[in-house]
This record gives sequence, structure tokens and C-alpha cells, in this order.
Amino acid sequence: MDGWFANVDWAEIGQASLDTLIMLGGSLVASIALGLPLGVLLFLTGKRQLLEQSVVYAILSFVVNVLRSLPFIILLIVMIPFTVVLVGTSLGVAGAIPPLVVGTAPFFARLVENALREVDRGVIEASQAMGASTRQIVFGVLLPEAMPGLIAGATVTAIALVSYTAMAGVIGAGGLGDLAVRFGYQRFQTDVMVVTVVLLLVLVQLLQMFGDRLVARLSRR
Amino acid sequence: MIEFQGVYKDYAGTRALHPLDLSIERGEVFGVIGRSGAGKSTLLRSINRIERPSGGRVRVGGADVTALDDEGLRTLRRRIGMIFQHFNLLASKTVAQNVAFPLRLAGQPRAAIAARVRELLERVGIAAHADKYPAQLSGGQKQRVGIARALASAPEVLLCDEATSALDPETTASVLNLLGELNRELKLTIVLITHEMDVIRRVCDRVAVLDAGHLVESGSVADVFLHPRHETTRRFVLEAEHVDDRERRADLARAHGRVVRLTFRGEATYAPLLGRVARASGVDYNILAGRIDRIKDTPYGQLTIALSGGDVETALRAFADAGVHVEEVA
Repeated sequence: MDGWFANVDWAEIGQASLDTLIMLGGSLVASIALGLPLGVLLFLTGKRQLLEQSVVYAILSFVVNVLRSLPFIILLIVMIPFTVVLVGTSLGVAGAIPPLVVGTAPFFARLVENALREVDRGVIEASQAMGASTRQIVFGVLLPEAMPGLIAGATVTAIALVSYTAMAGVIGAGGLGDLAVRFGYQRFQTDVMVVTVVLLLVLVQLLQMFGDRLVARLSRR
Repeated sequence: MIEFQGVYKDYAGTRALHPLDLSIERGEVFGVIGRSGAGKSTLLRSINRIERPSGGRVRVGGADVTALDDEGLRTLRRRIGMIFQHFNLLASKTVAQNVAFPLRLAGQPRAAIAARVRELLERVGIAAHADKYPAQLSGGQKQRVGIARALASAPEVLLCDEATSALDPETTASVLNLLGELNRELKLTIVLITHEMDVIRRVCDRVAVLDAGHLVESGSVADVFLHPRHETTRRFVLEAEHVDDRERRADLARAHGRVVRLTFRGEATYAPLLGRVARASGVDYNILAGRIDRIKDTPYGQLTIALSGGDVETALRAFADAGVHVEEVA
């Protein structure tokens, strides 16, 4: 056993795994908190929707597209001054969360917009006919009806975040990605590389499984 | 109850609905029939302003719908129930939660909602399915949930948007019966749109016929159905009777003598008139086509016969004197 994993410091792997989980959890919560309202707004201001506002939609859509088209590794660097102002450092777990959120919140917002578009227009019309206000339609109809789609979107977002946290490792965020790059890649310690990659793979598998189960439980169609 | 004054609608430069005037009385079942794209859906949706007319005025119970602000509109909509072709139930909510939804929107207390929901589900005959989700129900059951939901806030008007078009004939009949009951028992004013004359014939008191955005004919169902004046109406009636127009014309062309169509309404439908008139006037008759059916609750019969020999004029007068409508068929 020791022969195979000679370079692996298990305590360090444990710490790195914990860092990755904290980065993932923190940025997922923040991405949903920002992306959900943004996605709802995108949906509502879209063409032939409840609050159709073509100018607002065009601006929001443009910002989302810019953030999504920016390669994440560039975003990490561009964000450094802003991150320092926001959390006091651009390093470590805390320094990684702002760029992770800015990178994934627009992505999640698009998924939210798409999930809401899947809601039957007839159901929205029926709610209007019952005298529902836009607020009541959003909270009472759109979000509950789109819940399976929203959970599926959150799952995809979480998995995208896993690979982003690995990339954030490059600029000193810590976590499993950081180990993989510093030891596995730069020092040719293949065993460290294998262990970190397997752990990331397991993490992704668990997230997908959990997400799928939740979607299946919430689907009433 | 509902009044249209010069209401019209334009979509992207084309006129979907030409200016029309129409008045729907309190407590009646009013049908609007037309092909898809005839403008009936726009007409229906202008009543609760789900679609806003481009011009003209719509009044519901005295209130000018076209002039209401958002709050006024929401209040009005709670007085107008609506059901749909595809039911439009919330898939994520149970039957009971769906029916409770409009009451929750109106901010009613929980206990009152539960009691009202139970009452409504019993009224439409689906109390046993209260905790199921819409996906577990048949089409007819879903429409009953839709009806219960539309009735929740005790509306004065019920709008039906092709409410039976997605249902099989048997289920259609049971849903139409339910609508008829609600109309009688709750004094509910019902406006329904459909492309099937049969639906109009079974439940409506009055009907309007829309063709390419124009109101071409309106009146009591018996008048419009038995004596259609407009070509579009005539075709709807033939469809309802499952008659092929060309075949019928060919059959009539082969008949000898004077061909007339007799229309009996009410009790006259069951009187043995034909034989009596034939004996009295000495004419021979040959029945070419006929049907006996009901318009809502009134029985009617329509016979197309060829008369020859004897005193045809006397025979025709005798029919007319017995209250039978006589029409020459070319």
C-alpha cells in the first residue's frame, strides 16, 4: 500500500477535501441566492412574459453572456482586486468564493430561466384568470411548478463548481485541485494526482445521484 | 351581464376580431362557435382581459373591464371563473391544493378553505381523489378539478375555453351535463367557445357564430341550428348531423315531386302528423332524410320529404297550421 501511495500525505488530502467542500458549499449557496432572482427576472422580462421589458432583458442577458463567455481562469485573475476589497484576501478558500460565484451565478440564472420557460403557459394564464398578482404567480406557480427543473439546474451548477474549485486551486485557493496541480502535475507525483482525481470524481457522482433522486421525488408528471 | 360594444382586436397589423356588439344575459349559457383562428378565443379572453381588446368596451355586471386598473382587474377576475381545453392544473399540487389555490390567493383563512374545498370536490364528484396529483387523473376528472377550482371563489360567470375539446364523447356529455346543472342550480352565467355544434346544441341557450373575425350570425340555438342563414353556420350544422353536403344534394336531386324540409319543435315532434296530412290531402310522401333530437331540453324533428300527387298545397298549409316550419328545398 505504502509503495503505491508513497507521496500521499493523507492529512493534507483530508484538509484539501474539506477546503473543496467548503468552497463548493459556500459558492453554491451564494450562486443560487444570486442566480435564482436573476433567472426569475430574466424570465419575467423576456418576450411575451408577465413583465415584458425588452431593454431590461437585453441588458441582463448581455451581462450574463459576458460573464459566461469569459474563461474562468481569466475571471479568477480579473476578479483579484475586487475579491480583496470584498473578503480581504484573494487567497485561500475565502478568496476563491467571489470569483466562483461570479462565474456560476449567471450560468445558474440561465438554467433557471430555461426551467421557468418549461412551465406550461396555460397554467400561468389560469392563475392570471384567478386574479393572481405577478408576485403570487412567481412564488405560488412558477417556482413550485419548475422545482424539478430548478433542482436539476442546481445539480449541474454544483458539478460545474467542482471543476471550477479545482481551477481556483491554481491561484492559491487550496483544495483538491490545488494538490493535484502542485504535487501531481508540477512534481510528477502521479499517486497524488490519482487520489485527488478519484475524490473529485466521487464528489461529482454523489452530487449527481443526490440531485437525480431529489428531482425524481419532486416530479409529479 | 356581459356586454361587448364595438370590441375589436388587431395582432401585428392584421385584424383578428372585427368590431362587434354582443350582449350576454345573466343566467344564460351562451355559446360562441367558430373554426380555429376565427377569433373566439380572443373574444372570450377579452371578458376577463387576459387579452386586451385593441378598441371598444367590454362590460361585466356594469363594470367597464377595459378601464380597470390592476387591482380592480384582479378583483373582477375573482368573480369570473375560467376552465380550459387542457385543464391547466398545477402539476406540483394535489387536487385539493389546486382547488384551494384561488382561495389562498384571495387570502382566506385555512379552516374556511378546507371546508370549501371539500364542498366543491363533492359538488363535482371527485371527493375521492382529493389527495391525488393531476397526472394520476383521467381527462374528465381533470376537467372536474378545473371546474371545482373555477367555482371556488363563487363566481357569477364561468368562461369555458374549448372545455370539452380534449375529451372523449362520453366524458364530454358528462362534463356538459355538469355545466348545465351548475347553470341551473347556481344561476351561473356561462360563456363557452367551441368548434363543435353538438356542444352548442346540448347546453347553450343562445349562440354566436364567428367566421374569420366577423360575427356572422347570432340568436337562440334553436333558430340558428334549425334554420342557419350563413354558409359557415350551415356547415357547422351539417357537421353536427354527420351529413355530407354533396351526397345529400345528389340524393335530393334524384327525388321526384316537391321536396320540402319540415321542422317540428317541442311536442309537435311526437304527433303523428305526416300520415294524417297525407290521408287528408291525398299526397304521397317519400322520406329522404330525417332526424329527431334535442336542443338543450327541447325535442325537435327535421324531415326532408318529397311530395307528389294529390293536393300538395293543401298538405303544405296543413303542416304550417300544425305549427310545423315548412321550407322548400331546391
